[in-house]
Amino acid sequence: METLYNILIDPFVQMYEAPDFLMQVLWEGLVSGVLYALIALGFVLIFKSSRIFNFAQGIMVVFAALTLVGLHENGVPAWLAVPLTLGVMYVLAVGIERVVLRPLVGQPDIILFMATIGVTLFLIGFGEFVFGGENKVMITEALGIPTGALEFNPFGGFVLIEEKDLTAVVMAVLLVFALITFLNYSSMGRAIRALGDDHQAALSVGISLSTIWVIVWFIAGVIALATGIVWGARAGVSFALEVIAYKALPVLMLGGLESVSGAIVGGLAIGILEKLFEIYWGQPFLGGNTETWFAFILALIVLLFRPQGLFGERIIERV
Amino acid sequence: MLYRTSGQFKTTYESDQALFPVKQDALLLGVILLAAYVVFPLTASEFTFKALLVPVLIYSLAAMGLNILTGYAGQLSLGTAGFMGVGAYACYKLTTIFPEMNVVVALALSGFFSAAVGVAFGLPSLRIKGFYLAIATLASQFFLVWLFEKWAWLYNYNASGAIEVRTMEFFGIVITGPTATPVTQYYFVLAVVTIIAFAMINLTRGRYGRMWKAVRDMDIAAELVGINLMRAKLTAFAVSSYVVGIAGALLVFFWKGAAEPNLFDIPLSFQILFIAIIGGLGSIIGNFLGAILLVALPVILNVLPDTLGLTINSATMEHVNDMIVGALIITFLIVEPHGLARFWALIREKLIIWPYPH
Repeated sequence: METLYNILIDPFVQMYEAPDFLMQVLWEGLVSGVLYALIALGFVLIFKSSRIFNFAQGIMVVFAALTLVGLHENGVPAWLAVPLTLGVMYVLAVGIERVVLRPLVGQPDIILFMATIGVTLFLIGFGEFVFGGENKVMITEALGIPTGALEFNPFGGFVLIEEKDLTAVVMAVLLVFALITFLNYSSMGRAIRALGDDHQAALSVGISLSTIWVIVWFIAGVIALATGIVWGARAGVSFALEVIAYKALPVLMLGGLESVSGAIVGGLAIGILEKLFEIYWGQPFLGGNTETWFAFILALIVLLFRPQGLFGERIIERV
Repeated sequence: MLYRTSGQFKTTYESDQALFPVKQDALLLGVILLAAYVVFPLTASEFTFKALLVPVLIYSLAAMGLNILTGYAGQLSLGTAGFMGVGAYACYKLTTIFPEMNVVVALALSGFFSAAVGVAFGLPSLRIKGFYLAIATLASQFFLVWLFEKWAWLYNYNASGAIEVRTMEFFGIVITGPTATPVTQYYFVLAVVTIIAFAMINLTRGRYGRMWKAVRDMDIAAELVGINLMRAKLTAFAVSSYVVGIAGALLVFFWKGAAEPNLFDIPLSFQILFIAIIGGLGSIIGNFLGAILLVALPVILNVLPDTLGLTINSATMEHVNDMIVGALIITFLIVEPHGLARFWALIREKLIIWPYPH
């Protein structure tokens, strides 16, 4: 009984008794959730338009952030470093399309997936070769991101919200809105969605596959840069950032591989739930660090009931 | 000329379905086995054993296990290293709880533990397919590594959190621990790999292998012709995890000598997957070819600058190594998506009709 009470009731009592702490936990969860959602968006865009499960998305985040910091370290001012980094991401997109994707058109999904793992390895080696393997500090101030903290006192308690986290959330929201507008209202966006619906039909009405692929990979690169900036401001820029790419995978499972809204909802849900679980159950009962697997197990359970994820397209199979 | 199959008539169904219907194949295998059992042990240096021969064998065994699941049964798995860890930790616990137990028995039993875990994590495969399943297997990867870290009972409450292999004997010969000679360890691993490879070749040729292939090619169609999907998928998970678990136990007991939980982290999973894919999905020989390539490549790249008289510091070398491996993987996928095993099949076809073009 005692253990059951401790596991099932007590955490909720704690939440009720310290609402300010709960709010702090929820905020932290929300911020990481926003980042997971951003990475998952990069995955979803590429998967929607090309059926490629792009494993390199996580390393693109690191690579973009490293390029930005590396350029700034070599004396390039911040306002110039950002467009230059975007240029590098564009070159990367063209390169990947030319060298990796084009020769592999029509191969089974798993081969393309392996190719993106190959790209991941290459980018890790290349990034370390050019920028060195050590941890770097994101150029938060040079980019004009505020670094102070706001204090709130709800319920007579104390909640601390860092301004850079707030900036991250605002930036992510703007980015998502821009992306949705682009996908829904521009002709290029419509072409991307058409390609996602049916490759052959899209090709037959004159949509160029390779142009769209370059654009999609470039957009994924832009998202990667945004994610790299905000995550780098929180945790520094190093190849350890790569692990957050793995966090985006359960988000994809939860939200569905081809759903933009699923990626957002799934990302937020996983960010918040894993933080809650870690603080109220993981640390007291399981020795902590449950964040490495909680999201996966959660997504697994959801998938057992909905095999296509919460927002995925219904899977129809024919023999 | 050398590889002429004409004139070898099959007069019975048995001889047509034999393991080696072509004489030259059997001969070739004989040469390879002779090299592995006699020539290498006589000529190889200690470094070659530790850095090349033993790792190649262990990695090919792990890739073989993965190939059963991904190449034959079509279930993409990214959690191989986790199951290897289960095998290693199970073997460690068995040999510490029952110190009298023979190493071979402990090894064989530890496979059953990883098989059980594999089946448990394979259950979602009945509902989930494709990439969703691949991500689901990542759940096992992350959960198991976390468990190895946090469950102190698994590593006997060591302060270091690592498992260390003590000295054990096999009929009076020291085969594990720091005092064991590389040659004995090599022979032991080689024997295990030979036995399992033989079993797997026959298993994949038989009833279960055909069942798995049917499921891989189209599971709904397989179900319609009367294959029990649950049984096919779960046996694939069980057999695959069994082999992978033994590979994990061998990895720790006969090569590394000690292991921390992060040894079984995701890079190992990917390395095994690379070996299976570059070697060729759905083939047994491919695993060995892939393992030779992926193990030898870094070693060669490390030795190469020295022999050329260049001095490159080791950190830079490591990065360049990553780049080259990544680029090679992409090149291989573009040149031959079906892997090295397919390469060998093409060469063999050419040899059979040589010197004529067709």
